[in-house]
Amino acid sequence: MSNAHNVALPILLAIPLVGSLVVFALREAQAKLAKQLTLLISLIVLVYTAVVGFSFDTSAHADRFQFMGSWTWIKAFGVHLAFGVDGIAMVLVGLSVVLVPTVILASWNSFDSKSGAEEETSPSGRQRSTKNFMGLILLLEFFMIGVFVAMDVFLFYVFFEAMLVPMYFIIGSFGGPRRQYAAVKFFLYSLVGGLVMLASVIGLYVSTGSRTFAITDLIGQVPDNATQKWLFIGFFIAFAIKAPLVPVHTWLPDAGAEAPAGGAALLVGVLDKVGTFGFLRYCLPLFPDASRWAAPLVLILSVIGVLYAAFLAIGQRDMKRLVSYTSVAHFGFIGLGIFAFTTQGNSGAVLYMVNHGLSTGAVFIVVGLLIARGKSRNVADYGGAAKVTPLLAGLFLFAGLSALALPGLSTFVSEFLVLVGTFTRYKALAIFAATGIVLAAIYVLYLYQRVFQGTVNEKVTKFRDLNVREVFAVAPLLALIVFLGIYPKPVLNVINPAVKATLSDVHKTDPAPELGPVAGGQR
Amino acid sequence: MLADSAQTISTPSIAYHALLPIFIVLGAALLGVLVEAVVPRPQRFNTQVFVTLAGLIAALVTVAVLHGTHVATPSPVGTDSPFAGSLAIDGTGLFLQGTILALAIMAALLIAERSVDVGSAIVASAASVVGSPTDREHSRTQRVQTEVFPLMLFAVSGMLVFPVSNNLLLMFVALEVLSLPLYLMAGLARRRRLLSQEAALKYFLLGAFASAFFLYGLALLYGYANSVDLSAIFTATKTSTKSDLLLYLGLALLLVGLLFKASIAPFHAWTPDVYQGAPTPVSAFMASCTKVASFGAILRVLYVAFAGTNWNWRPIIWAVAIASMVVGAIFGLTQTDIKRILAYSSIAHAGFILVGLVVISQDASASVMFYVLTYGFTTLAAFGLLTLVRDADGEATHLSQWSGIARKSPMVAGLMTLLLLSMAGIPLTAGFTGKFFVFKAAWHSAGPLVVMALLFSAVAAFYYLRIVVMMYFADPPENAPTVAIPGWTSSVALTVGAVVTVLLGVFPQPIIDLATKAAGSLIG
Repeated sequence: MSNAHNVALPILLAIPLVGSLVVFALREAQAKLAKQLTLLISLIVLVYTAVVGFSFDTSAHADRFQFMGSWTWIKAFGVHLAFGVDGIAMVLVGLSVVLVPTVILASWNSFDSKSGAEEETSPSGRQRSTKNFMGLILLLEFFMIGVFVAMDVFLFYVFFEAMLVPMYFIIGSFGGPRRQYAAVKFFLYSLVGGLVMLASVIGLYVSTGSRTFAITDLIGQVPDNATQKWLFIGFFIAFAIKAPLVPVHTWLPDAGAEAPAGGAALLVGVLDKVGTFGFLRYCLPLFPDASRWAAPLVLILSVIGVLYAAFLAIGQRDMKRLVSYTSVAHFGFIGLGIFAFTTQGNSGAVLYMVNHGLSTGAVFIVVGLLIARGKSRNVADYGGAAKVTPLLAGLFLFAGLSALALPGLSTFVSEFLVLVGTFTRYKALAIFAATGIVLAAIYVLYLYQRVFQGTVNEKVTKFRDLNVREVFAVAPLLALIVFLGIYPKPVLNVINPAVKATLSDVHKTDPAPELGPVAGGQR
Repeated sequence: MLADSAQTISTPSIAYHALLPIFIVLGAALLGVLVEAVVPRPQRFNTQVFVTLAGLIAALVTVAVLHGTHVATPSPVGTDSPFAGSLAIDGTGLFLQGTILALAIMAALLIAERSVDVGSAIVASAASVVGSPTDREHSRTQRVQTEVFPLMLFAVSGMLVFPVSNNLLLMFVALEVLSLPLYLMAGLARRRRLLSQEAALKYFLLGAFASAFFLYGLALLYGYANSVDLSAIFTATKTSTKSDLLLYLGLALLLVGLLFKASIAPFHAWTPDVYQGAPTPVSAFMASCTKVASFGAILRVLYVAFAGTNWNWRPIIWAVAIASMVVGAIFGLTQTDIKRILAYSSIAHAGFILVGLVVISQDASASVMFYVLTYGFTTLAAFGLLTLVRDADGEATHLSQWSGIARKSPMVAGLMTLLLLSMAGIPLTAGFTGKFFVFKAAWHSAGPLVVMALLFSAVAAFYYLRIVVMMYFADPPENAPTVAIPGWTSSVALTVGAVVTVLLGVFPQPIIDLATKAAGSLIG
């Protein structure tokens, strides 16, 4: 383990943590102050991350992991408070800190007692604490950043598991009518995965005999093929549940539907990326042989996910469930990109994670704004809303088009890269997955048509269009989607070196074009 | 043999200083009995609390001063002295004694609580018939059966001897000294007295039965090894020519007695009933201190007498560990009373701790000691919190009565959530560190068992979560219970429990070091 003591990342972690404690300490009556303070803190985090991010070295000779800092935590276990980022982690931290302020803005009045509540929840009309929501969001931000910057497997596990707690309360305390069920389901699914991973974490420590949990010291240390497979399975199950990969995806539609829109945006936008991030950071480098061994299964599950979830999405009547299913479909693409083991596929997958976070975040927020007006998640309760709320309809369409990967928007770039990357190795899979794009067009446009076009539903007539705050909540995300659609280079520059390093850990190089079609691609 | 020793009679030299903690607690207990006799009733409660706390704290300080001591006492004078070295005051023993004393202090603070119920949680006069005019009259007054304090001290003294006994006969005496007061204490609840008395009787009958098993096993082992000394048994397992059947049966029966006390399945049946019926502070005492003492004794028996045997007893531990996890996790799911849930949780945790006992190593014994410590503090505080939520009939322990409690008392709900998350093994709490330590130590030689334990942790997490769900996400019932404001004694105990739960999750290093160093004494 390096002895670097760079404090850039610890400071980044400290800001939201301290912020959340301060917000929790406020009194219930100070809800307004809590909101302003939370927004301020999240903006400070954003600016600070931008400063750190711009000093990330993308030149050819740069270190893979940067801003490394390591301090002993629990000596007896060889655990360090070790922080550092590679390009992949850097952009995901960026995604997290961009989403948080928008979520705060979008949830500004969601839990005020007077009005604005997303849905009628319980008959008793219980009061919900805005202050606690804001505190939980900051606490979640702390864990989200932590999980990406941890450079110690134990520390990663701590963040990975502890992250469940704030999300559990966000769903359970601020969610829809079936929030109890959804919160417990979410928690238990993730906990089971996490505990299986814990077995592998311990196994990793014991079997390598290196007396350390530092990732940099563990890469390439698990030589034995059988051990690799067992340990890989532990990590894989946890990440597959988190990602979520079909068939362990069933918690997401419930959690996504019942969580408040802001929480759902973070849940699907960032928390689920931890699963795919885990594949790239832990499964591939630590267990390269096992990863190659498992790749065919993962690829097939991914393609099934792309198609199956898209079909389910088309059939949903509940808007938030629909969006959740689209995410399951998108995770199929990410899984495909990662386990195709090509530079394009991997870079595309990482870029996909960022874009999907922005795009789904925007969709969830816009849907949340709509639901706050109609007090219902049911598609049938709407209709013709575009005539009443043109601005909302426009932004909804924009966010939806980004979800179906319209060329010119950032999601298109990543989807294209993933498909190209997969195609060079696995033609058939790429062809199947590509049909997912058509299905995406169906579920997005069909939803838009039912909600915003056609005859005006009488409930819709009293809707108020977006105000400035609400536009500001969504606009930055959409602006980023457009910018990255036209000019993805800055992000790709950060991602590519990390992806190359990861692929060299798995001992994979891109198939050479002159070999022509490589059927099956087992080379 | 008798004639020989009669001629060369000499007093064995006893290392009195090393036994000082035990003497202090015993002395305080005797003093408590005197207090009952001479101090007038109005002053008795406070006097007893003072004597108890002073005795326990003095003993804890003595243990701290003694750290690093390693003596076996009485030291062997004659070659045949049967009790030579029957008490081993070593690192492991002192660590466990310190843990027991610290937990006992907290339990005593909980028992001393008088502001949440009339009098206290302890019955006014245990001898009066339930529902009789005397009983009704007394229960309205401040009168309390203050004998509970000396009883507790006697139990603690037994617990202090239990894990340092190097001699099965002495271990049996300690077992009885710690058990008999507990049987009585279980029957001292102020409310729902019949339930409490039933619990006491059940505990007594089953406990007596288990003690008999222990004694029988002891006799068989004596037959095998010609000695009740643990190290002599160890030597005998290498050299004895007697039938191994004696050894197998002896150890099996001995374990029945020990596993019973640690509430390990299939000897757990008493646990839910007793924890539910006993006065809650006494349940807290039993769940924490008894568990520490029992696991201490199991550690010593396995490490000193059976560690190096070529005969493999580990499958037994595997079996009971799995049984405990299954019973604790699965049966706990169906419970609706929080005290019973905590009881099943304690059974499940006993299974997790056993995972650390399938391996003989310094790391493993350290992890077991660390785990019982974290579990003790967490569970004690959880029981303590239960005493605060009350309705007209006393404590409101039904799950449904806790719904929506977060809105009434965010403090109680927050603390309870912390403790439950710790029991579920969520990182940054003591429970996670303990689990990690145990599972890490056991992984190499018992990988599948570790995986099972992790899966059952997930199952058990469900009922912890259910309580959290109730407290935060459900609406309060019509006649919601009130949340009492605890007096300073309970407040101190609860605060310490919560702080230890967080500290051992975030900065466990010093205690891990202490446990690892202490555990060295058991490894040759």
